[in-house]
Amino acid sequence: MTDATVMYPRKPKRIKGRSIAIIVFLTMAAMFFCVPLYVLIVTSFKEMDQIREGAMFSLPTTWTLEAWHFAWFEACSGLSCSGLKTGFWNSVVILIPSLIASIALSMVTGYALALWDVKWAGPFLFILFLCAFVPFQIIMYPLIRLTVTMGIYGSITAIAFVHTVLAMPVLTLIFRNFYKDIPPELIKAAIMDSGSFWRIFVEIILPMSGNILIVVLILQITSIWNDYLIGVTFGGLGTKPMTVHLANMVTVSTGTVSYNVNMAAALLTAIPPLVIYFVLGKFFVQGIAAGAIKG
Amino acid sequence: MPQVSFEHIVKRFGGVTVLDGLDLAVEDGDFLVLLGPSGCGKTTLLNLLAGLLDVTSGRIMIGDRDVTELDPKDRGLAMVFQSYALYPTKTVEGNLRFGLSARKLPKSEADARVQWASDLLQLTPLMRRKPSELSGGQRQRVAIGRALVKHADVLLFDEPLSNLDAKLRTEMRLEIKKLHDTLKPTVVYVTHDQIEAMTMATKIAIMNGGEIQQFGTPDEVYENPQNLFVAGFIGSPAMNLTDGRFAVHDGAPNAVFPDGTRIDLSAYPFKSSPKDGDAIAVGMRPEHFELDAPGALPGHTAFDLRVRMVERTGSDALISLDFADDQLFVRAEPDRAAKTRAGETVPVHYPTAKLNLFDAREGRRL
Repeated sequence: MTDATVMYPRKPKRIKGRSIAIIVFLTMAAMFFCVPLYVLIVTSFKEMDQIREGAMFSLPTTWTLEAWHFAWFEACSGLSCSGLKTGFWNSVVILIPSLIASIALSMVTGYALALWDVKWAGPFLFILFLCAFVPFQIIMYPLIRLTVTMGIYGSITAIAFVHTVLAMPVLTLIFRNFYKDIPPELIKAAIMDSGSFWRIFVEIILPMSGNILIVVLILQITSIWNDYLIGVTFGGLGTKPMTVHLANMVTVSTGTVSYNVNMAAALLTAIPPLVIYFVLGKFFVQGIAAGAIKG
Repeated sequence: MPQVSFEHIVKRFGGVTVLDGLDLAVEDGDFLVLLGPSGCGKTTLLNLLAGLLDVTSGRIMIGDRDVTELDPKDRGLAMVFQSYALYPTKTVEGNLRFGLSARKLPKSEADARVQWASDLLQLTPLMRRKPSELSGGQRQRVAIGRALVKHADVLLFDEPLSNLDAKLRTEMRLEIKKLHDTLKPTVVYVTHDQIEAMTMATKIAIMNGGEIQQFGTPDEVYENPQNLFVAGFIGSPAMNLTDGRFAVHDGAPNAVFPDGTRIDLSAYPFKSSPKDGDAIAVGMRPEHFELDAPGALPGHTAFDLRVRMVERTGSDALISLDFADDQLFVRAEPDRAAKTRAGETVPVHYPTAKLNLFDAREGRRL
């Protein structure tokens, strides 16, 4: 036996003890999510008669889309009985402007803070950092007063405005940190070539932002779509998002609880962020900045 | 009229003064190399000229325009960076065009310039590629092309070759030199590589500690270093610098070394006359030594020195010799070095007129 083999023994592969424990733990963790999801899905396809028998885990005896249809078109939320679709379209109308406004503003702010000489950039970043940790509940009342003064309280504009404002600190920090990693010589070259803040942003920086844009899109779509508190606080009659409709549906205190309709409604509300996740996840591309410097 | 002039430039970062009242002028068509060790302020000076940093005080002129307060893009400059700094999401052509589109040139003129640069630098087959699909040398050529298309009055280079391997560096050095010979732009080139400086420059400014130590042609700087720093910095292998004393013997100036060795300095062209007993440093270039001269050579100082070691590098050889409690490196032909053994004594001659004498305390040339 040579010295080399003594010095560098090959680690034998073991699937014992520790790894089994890890697999068991992960399986249990997965079950926590999968079992309720399973119940949610099978119940939404059952008829009420079968649900009343108990047996949560049994498959539907007759598969039916009735509950889904009812949830989407007819279910009552408060006084209006036009189904979840009203809430869905409200959510879409809230999502699009808040998404565009929050990302556009924070992107440009992050770009300016990272790559240009901004006066008081340090203190500004510190304040942003602090703001990112202020709970929404603390500033809720002042924000209500503010939107009332602005005359938008109770409208979709108010909800979109609050979403945009609340997302700014974190998103700006994310973009700023991403742009900070762009080689300084690249921005120097661009400054000597063009010198225009907007041209450099649009032609050089924006095309390099694919990666971070996808991450922020997923983050924002999920958080805006799943939001309940802002929607219920700032939305008026007929302008509440899907989550608020869903909550109103499932918390009725009169009549029997239509479990199948509630489950179908919950699933309907959860689908859009899931779809976004699967669609955008594909575009997670590596190495956008490759080739900028010798690598 | 000088193309670029720095007038009493001061640059401070916080409390640290990097440049303190620097003056320098570059003539039209000159290839100026700013040469110096890391941290000597050469890159700072280049960035001040480019407008990427602001001067604390002083004035920068390009032609007859005061550009001190101008934005980088309005100074009529183009720059090539060490890391190339190509726009990663643009094609080679896009990289070349970006600087032009910002200048609002007519399309035909822009097309002509891009065509001209791509022909000149053999980029035509690469025009559709992204920087990540190019080799290091190709990226460097694109970076140079991007600077050339702007037809700038002054081209700036910030250590453009230091990311390339040795062979490519030699090739690019020739290419840049050829470009300068054909196009005759004014160039300011920053490097710490003295080979680049010696081969490409028409003028060298050697910097250390934020000050220009010497400004002149490569030959002047090499043959006539004005102080100890320049003498030790320029030349590879470095100049032999031996400490000694100045003494007048029988009316003739002499350099006396601690072990008693003396050199008659009668044939040395003194700029200023030191006093008897002054501490001096004597500089001798390794390649000026004459080995195996038959008898005494006129105007030379002769020594018989013991060989310490022989180093052969292939095309060249260095022999180190015991001298005045120190050692001397002498350049020799490989054949001659092959015959030399450590421990034997060889006769060497050094031309007195080619000595370099320095005041050991102040460092200036005598």
